[in-house]
Amino acid sequence: MTILEFLQQPWPWYIAGPLIGLTVPVLLLVGNKSFGISSSLRHICAACIPAKVPFFQYDWKKEAWNLLFVGGILLGGIIAGTLLANPAPVAVNPKLVTDLAQYGITDFHSLVPGQLFNWPALLSVRGLLMMVGGGFLVGFGTRYAGGCTSGHAIMGLSTLQWPSLVATICFMIGGFVMANLILPFILSL
Amino acid sequence: MNTWFSQLKYLVIGTLFGIIFVKAEVISWFRIQEMFRLQSFHMYGVIGSAVVVGMLSVWLIKKYNIKTLEGETVVFHPKKFNKGQIYGGLIFGLGWAVTGACPGPLFAQIGVGATVVAVTLLSAIAGTWVYGRFRDQLPH
Repeated sequence: MTILEFLQQPWPWYIAGPLIGLTVPVLLLVGNKSFGISSSLRHICAACIPAKVPFFQYDWKKEAWNLLFVGGILLGGIIAGTLLANPAPVAVNPKLVTDLAQYGITDFHSLVPGQLFNWPALLSVRGLLMMVGGGFLVGFGTRYAGGCTSGHAIMGLSTLQWPSLVATICFMIGGFVMANLILPFILSL
Repeated sequence: MNTWFSQLKYLVIGTLFGIIFVKAEVISWFRIQEMFRLQSFHMYGVIGSAVVVGMLSVWLIKKYNIKTLEGETVVFHPKKFNKGQIYGGLIFGLGWAVTGACPGPLFAQIGVGATVVAVTLLSAIAGTWVYGRFRDQLPH
């Protein structure tokens, strides 16, 4: 097996998780930066549409590192999606396969299900709710909570911040409610 | 030096981070569904081991007073509790399970070729803006 073939396989959690955790000390030691991604959305607002809202009146250029970081994530996605792409379908629990088949979701080849997230689907109620509605909840919710999975669940818990534990528990509750109670209804639209 | 060039290192770290995101499949909508249906340990393993490594690193930095590359003392920002962490957290959780993405994975999903996620990202930026605009009227 070549190195490239090795890298093309999906990585197990015990490799990927610690590597993600290492982002915390790397950012701290490289430039005294606290790991957090959702702030990038705020900086984009501050840079493009401040509209005299006090929350967006600050020197976003000082936080430009955060925008470069998310630019890098995009670039990393491109590299991993081309050079390091895994040709096999995402190996998920067979129960999920059966559950999703009811809603016509049968293709597990890409990480983002093309049968749900595609341009024509934007014109359907289901697609609009999932892509536009879902995105709005992510942006509104993370800012309201003061952080997302990186800022609260990883950086916050790493530094033993109890407000981050509260936020992380609420992320999980919201997710359980959506995936089990609301999403089945949206998917059947 | 706070020039754009000196900041390029963050682009590099972000790129590596994005690659890990994709290879670990944490940007996969399917993996997020498995997590919230308790059908797989994968996401719990990723987040759990990331937190343990993060905690250990922070503990070491504090214990041995490890400095940054430029010789500065590492600064930590304590978070203050407010009810926003509850309301906002619940709202984000709903969005996380429906889009299959937190803010970071949104960028990576576009990178792997799901271009329509750009709409989700724009909507997330709009959500952030609406929060900022009505911040004073919201309970915290």
